[in-house]
Amino acid sequence: MGYPHPSHPKETPLLSEHFGQAAARTYEGWTSRGGYQALRKALGMTPEAIVEEVKSSGLRGRGGAGFPTGMKWSFMPKEDGKPHYLCCNADESEPGTFKDREILRWTPHALIEGCAIACLGIRAETCYIFVRGEYTEPGRILEAAVREAYANGALGANAFGSGKRLDVVVHWGAGAYICGEETALMNAIEGKRGNPRVKPPFPAVSGLFGMPTTINNVETLAAVPHILNRGGAWYASLCLGSPKSTGTKLISVCGHVKRPGTYEITLGLPMRDLIYECAGGPLDGRTLKAVIPGGSSVPIMSMAEVDNCATDYEGIAAAGSLLGSGGMIVMDDSTDLVLQIWRLARFYAHESCAQCTNCREGTAWTTRVLERILRGEGTASDLDLLLDLADNMTGKTICVLSDSCAAPVVSGLAKFRDEFEAYLSGARSPVLVGG
Amino acid sequence: MNEHPVAAGPLFTPERRQELEALGRQYPTRQALLLPALWMAQRADGWVSPAAIDEIASELGLTPAYVRGVVTFYTMYHTHPVGRHFIQVCTTSPCLMCGSGDVVAALLEHTGCGELGATSSDGRFTVIETECLGACGFVTPILIDDDFIESVTPAMIPELLARYP
Repeated sequence: MGYPHPSHPKETPLLSEHFGQAAARTYEGWTSRGGYQALRKALGMTPEAIVEEVKSSGLRGRGGAGFPTGMKWSFMPKEDGKPHYLCCNADESEPGTFKDREILRWTPHALIEGCAIACLGIRAETCYIFVRGEYTEPGRILEAAVREAYANGALGANAFGSGKRLDVVVHWGAGAYICGEETALMNAIEGKRGNPRVKPPFPAVSGLFGMPTTINNVETLAAVPHILNRGGAWYASLCLGSPKSTGTKLISVCGHVKRPGTYEITLGLPMRDLIYECAGGPLDGRTLKAVIPGGSSVPIMSMAEVDNCATDYEGIAAAGSLLGSGGMIVMDDSTDLVLQIWRLARFYAHESCAQCTNCREGTAWTTRVLERILRGEGTASDLDLLLDLADNMTGKTICVLSDSCAAPVVSGLAKFRDEFEAYLSGARSPVLVGG
Repeated sequence: MNEHPVAAGPLFTPERRQELEALGRQYPTRQALLLPALWMAQRADGWVSPAAIDEIASELGLTPAYVRGVVTFYTMYHTHPVGRHFIQVCTTSPCLMCGSGDVVAALLEHTGCGELGATSSDGRFTVIETECLGACGFVTPILIDDDFIESVTPAMIPELLARYP
């Protein structure tokens, strides 16, 4: 459902069916809604069978990268004698993205159940759920649900009497966007600065505490119980566009729409339907100008590009952007894109972990150049300078934070160059930003 | 939780040491307790003091310099005392384009803080702007201490602040 709004007929409420129902948060409320049946089933399955079921569903990572989940699980070693770990990434901090928050605070047991099943699939006994420090309310609700899951025997040394140990630990972050990067998140759990690690080795070989580790996003794991209950083939049949994009996806829509909220769609739904019908379209008297479809790190789309775009991994890629996290920022004709792109650049400059020169310097420099353009002090060569900086920030660093800063700059300049030029020529009044 | 004693005693009272040891059973290394221990310190004192850093370092077998390096990486740990109530306002793009600037202005005015990062003269409030709070559909989200409040407008602020004496 389009929380906080009622469900729209074009939605497919699966993960979001119980959003807004406080009773679904409790163990009893969750089991009365069919909860923990999938875990009981998984406890009787082999790890291989669990992984196969998830593979057949076509489920792909919902955190941003879209990597096939079953394949990721299959990378974990089989008989290595080492402890294995699952990390759940609940560090949702990508501007425009607020979907995992709804899972954490309305259906925490769906996530716990998904974590437990994933542990069985990857031969792990322990899952660490890394919750961003700012998610005080959702994190507390999750902690209460974990305690309840232990008290009811779903977790612990002998999960549901199976003889198998399943532990879920909530680990609080402390304010750092970069900890959403998988290896930075592992460093944070280990008690280190959240610097991303050089890969390889990949987490399946050497991850948390140097042991084989799988890391999945909240939404990915919350989808797993549905796949176990109803079958991978059923999940794969949920598809309106590319056959490589199956299942449902939570899309959090924000910005200049009448009904901002988290909508759950079958992948492939036309983006126009999502924006104009589910989210209610532009505010009265306004027209839409641009959309950032997958969290702030992906290229900006013009409305012409939105027009025939299917909301799935392939559809948005064909339109020149990315589905990413599914955090959709909608901007109308009142939006000053130069100002918004500057604000995003400042976000990345603030959040850079500063270990790579191109990112540390590039994000700060990009911010300062945009500042001087906004202040009416830009020169004609500044636009080329921004593109040159962006080129040096793309594909040149340990993680993609730097690339993420470049994406809105490059796409903004390609599609809305006239707005930048209006500041250079003085046609637009200066905006006093920065120091 | 929001009382900030002027001279805090040792962080690791027997109760807190017990709490730490219980947490320790959830991790294979001692160092993994660093972020949880820093949260304990901030909950106890309102900030992470140099004395707390020394104590945590000694407790976890790390150097104070290492711990300080970790503390300064994470923006939610305060390295100096802040107001009795700490207010974080989201001003990242989705909030900025939907009016968070007016909420910041109203907060600075009604708290008496005057500017971002400053503490009001009565020691009651500190206001900072923060990067994306992950509630972009509920503009403007703010955090007052641990209370996450959605859809804040300037008009709501006087009544909201009155709840935090």
